[in-house]
Amino acid sequence: MVEIAGLKKRFGSIRALDGISLAIKPGEITAVVGPNAAGKSTLLRCIVGLVYPDAGEIRIDGLSINGDWRCRRRLGYVAQTAHFPESLSVRELFAFIRDIRGADSGDGKELIGLFGLEGALDRPVRQLSGGTRQKISIVLATMFDPEILIMDEPTAGLDPLSSQRQKKWLERERARGKTILVASHIIAEVEELSDRVIFLLDGKVYFDGAPGEAARLTGERTLERAIAAMMEQRSSCGR
Amino acid sequence: MRQMMTVARQAARELMRGWWVASYGLFFMLLAWALFAFGERPAQAVVSVLDLVLLVIPFVSIVVGVLSFYNSREFAELLLAQPVARSTVFFGQYLGLSVSLAAAFTVGLGAPFAWYGWSTRDQAGTLLVLLLAGIFLTFIFVAFAFAIAVRTENRLKALGAAIFLWLFLALVYDGLLLAVIMAFSAYPLEKPLLGLCVLNPLDVARILILLRLDVAALMGYTGAVFKQFFGSTLGLGLAGACLAAWVALPVLAGVNAYARRDF
Repeated sequence: MVEIAGLKKRFGSIRALDGISLAIKPGEITAVVGPNAAGKSTLLRCIVGLVYPDAGEIRIDGLSINGDWRCRRRLGYVAQTAHFPESLSVRELFAFIRDIRGADSGDGKELIGLFGLEGALDRPVRQLSGGTRQKISIVLATMFDPEILIMDEPTAGLDPLSSQRQKKWLERERARGKTILVASHIIAEVEELSDRVIFLLDGKVYFDGAPGEAARLTGERTLERAIAAMMEQRSSCGR
Repeated sequence: MRQMMTVARQAARELMRGWWVASYGLFFMLLAWALFAFGERPAQAVVSVLDLVLLVIPFVSIVVGVLSFYNSREFAELLLAQPVARSTVFFGQYLGLSVSLAAAFTVGLGAPFAWYGWSTRDQAGTLLVLLLAGIFLTFIFVAFAFAIAVRTENRLKALGAAIFLWLFLALVYDGLLLAVIMAFSAYPLEKPLLGLCVLNPLDVARILILLRLDVAALMGYTGAVFKQFFGSTLGLGLAGACLAAWVALPVLAGVNAYARRDF
């Protein structure tokens, strides 16, 4: 279980995270949604350790992880945009990350097959399309079978077939008891996949519950409409 | 350590891909070869090479250092999402870059000197001091580059600051020293001057090489004081320690900022 308590982060005058507290449970897919600059990526990057919070605490199974790189043995992270060293082929890139991670190495064969990446393995990374790079990023994050998966817009740039295959794979990983956190702005996709939705707005948790609950609370038919209604309500309160 | 070497190897590989390093080594090779072909004695060649070494190595090291830091920043994010300490990634990238540049310089300059036969022990010693000074300068200026780039989000600002620092240490500092000498010419300045020279790594490198070449006699009393100081084991040790400190300071400043910054 990943627990976040009172997380705050400022970038200059912008409050990216303003006292976020939540718990991400194993065996569930938790989705973080919200408009641009709501703090979704910052929250994910704080958990991974790329961004240091100004205040608050992140715990994995009760142990505080702030600033400790060893906890990343249990994490797999898919960044919003994938950047790799231009000089490597896909196979070499996988070997390089395996070298870095040392003992807990996997081969990623399953997802390579699922995404049909076999033909791209010996090509230099610089020649690959954005979608293929995204697939490689997903393989890299998952090939070591991490307990906790943190994915920032994982379907961005994927073709519909790969996107569907990835969703099925995520559902299977959920059944295996993995803790899965996905940030996305495609709400229809989140509704289909997630057990729980966290709606962030201006760095605060605006809604935390099941997708159906959001719709019920607002009297809307879909999660997308419910979120839009919440944003509407928020902006009319602000006026 | 294993992780650091993996990062260093990859950083070196990425640098080699652009033919940057090979051209850099080739530049020194052609330069030294031309000096031998047109000049007569190795000692003359060293003096001619010296000024170029003191200008080109710091400039290339600091500029390539800043550029490759920014080029590898996004890739560093992928690395930092793995179970690896930030200091490991920093030192790996620093070593990969510094060792590649220093190796290119050593092979590039060393090969022509070896080819033209530096037979006596003394001559070989001078080449060794020249190479060591060049290697130290590479490590110092790549460290400066990293220390600047870690703190600056904007690539152009970092490049500007790096070039300013190079300009200051390579040219302005000596100008200021001259002004001090002129202003206080009535006083015995040899010892304070020694202290001021030690504060600039480029001056330490220059003095170390010049003193090997017996041209100190041309520098009058100052030359004699410098020769006495740097000629002694204590002076040489102190100069070495000073250059090592000039590597350590920016490296520590860099790794400290790298450990605390957001990506």
